[in-house]
Amino acid sequence: MTDNWKPGASLETLKIRARVLQSIRAFFVARDVLEVETPILSKSAITDPQLESFMTQFNQTDYYLHTSPEFYMKRLLAAGSGDIYQIARVFRVDEQGRNHNPEFSMLEWYRLGFDHHALMDEIENLIENIFSGLQITPGFARISYQQAFQNTLGIDPLASDVSELTQCAKENNIEIPQGMDLDDKDMWLDWLMVASIAPGFSKNRFTFLYDYPASQAALARLDKSDSRIAHRFELFSGELELANGFYELTDAHEQAERFLNENKLREQRGQKAMPIDLQLLDALKAGLPECSGVAIGVDRLLMVLTQAGHIRDVIPFETGK
Amino acid sequence: MASYSTNEFKGGLKLLLDGDPCSIIENELVKPGKGQAFNRVKLRNFKTGRVLEKTFKSGESVEAADVVDVDMEFSYNDGEFWYFMDPNTFEQVAAPDSALTESGKWIKPQELCTVTLWDGVPLVVTPPNFVELAVAETDPGLKGDTAQGGTKPATLESGAIVKVPLFIEIGEVLKVDTRSGEYVSRVKE
Repeated sequence: MTDNWKPGASLETLKIRARVLQSIRAFFVARDVLEVETPILSKSAITDPQLESFMTQFNQTDYYLHTSPEFYMKRLLAAGSGDIYQIARVFRVDEQGRNHNPEFSMLEWYRLGFDHHALMDEIENLIENIFSGLQITPGFARISYQQAFQNTLGIDPLASDVSELTQCAKENNIEIPQGMDLDDKDMWLDWLMVASIAPGFSKNRFTFLYDYPASQAALARLDKSDSRIAHRFELFSGELELANGFYELTDAHEQAERFLNENKLREQRGQKAMPIDLQLLDALKAGLPECSGVAIGVDRLLMVLTQAGHIRDVIPFETGK
Repeated sequence: MASYSTNEFKGGLKLLLDGDPCSIIENELVKPGKGQAFNRVKLRNFKTGRVLEKTFKSGESVEAADVVDVDMEFSYNDGEFWYFMDPNTFEQVAAPDSALTESGKWIKPQELCTVTLWDGVPLVVTPPNFVELAVAETDPGLKGDTAQGGTKPATLESGAIVKVPLFIEIGEVLKVDTRSGEYVSRVKE
């Protein structure tokens, strides 16, 4: 007999995990944010070329496991739910490693009338709340995507072209990954982010990186006065990414266009185009209230809290075990 | 040519990089939140023994190295090559000194070693974790001194020198850990 049947997380960590989930719920109850549960299975799927959905079949129809509960939650918002939150298990193909498990717990919430900075304020409050139970006072910093690149690499990520980014990598002795598409500006920005920007974030505090390039808007609205910028933000602890949030795009036509473009990109890259969520588009047409939303990886937050070196240390059983 | 995609990367996988066979020590998926994922990989180059780090765009395919581990019996050393035989197929291979480095001093004829072959050519010879070897040379033992913690050097029949307790005599068979190079115990005959 081996020890393979045993859980990865210690009982002590599982108790911290339970306490964190309780304090998240208490936080939202106190703020009158409604807890909801939405389907894991959906006939449509996310079109983002960087995400792969698990697929299954039912009644001769393809179904996808959600990679985040975003689309159904937005349908609730459009239906007049008001502020809502959800703690959901989400699924992503091809992601397993120190900071990744193919299924993981996501806390996602939406606040009506908040812009992305107001939501960042609330995230700070939530994290302070969770950490206070463990007598830790966390610190926070905020920096724009553009400023972070300027500070670390002396380059403007919005104005530079691929040849300037390539030059910048060479000047800073940054390795160029095998298989890098040298003409893909977003791939360059992503690489410089992982190789140089994120590793520079302080390990002793949380860092919000906000106002991403419009090409990486995902589901965020663009800045009204500078269309090179999208109101998307991410939260990091050290270089570990914890959350992604948007001042949400509410324009149905622009959303449809982004879905179609992403599917086109998927096909160019040899990936299958995904069935677009037409009901989400209908909901946007009916009217999504002005809001901001964010998704936080609960497991990663626990890794930070317990100083775990591997995601398997904070979940009872990692996938496949 | 066989190849592996980055999503198959894991410790122990053998890849061909710039013509050299390498083994993955560590593979880490790094992702800038949403966006392109990369695999940051630590590898050991079998030919140079050196550890290197390399990053791949996730989804890339990398040529596999035809590297296999075979359990083979050490036959003899003719001063130039070390000869090993597969006890199942009786196939023989000759390994150069460079394939043994530290391993040579731990093995005697008939010892079953792990021979790492690349396209059939021995790259690395790894001795068993524990070997049993007789003491060829050491200072006289101190009778009755079994409790004291002192040690002395002893030369084993295979040529390795290990620190042993003071009571060990010439001719005694010892169990040794080849990974740490440390004495474990006497072997009761």
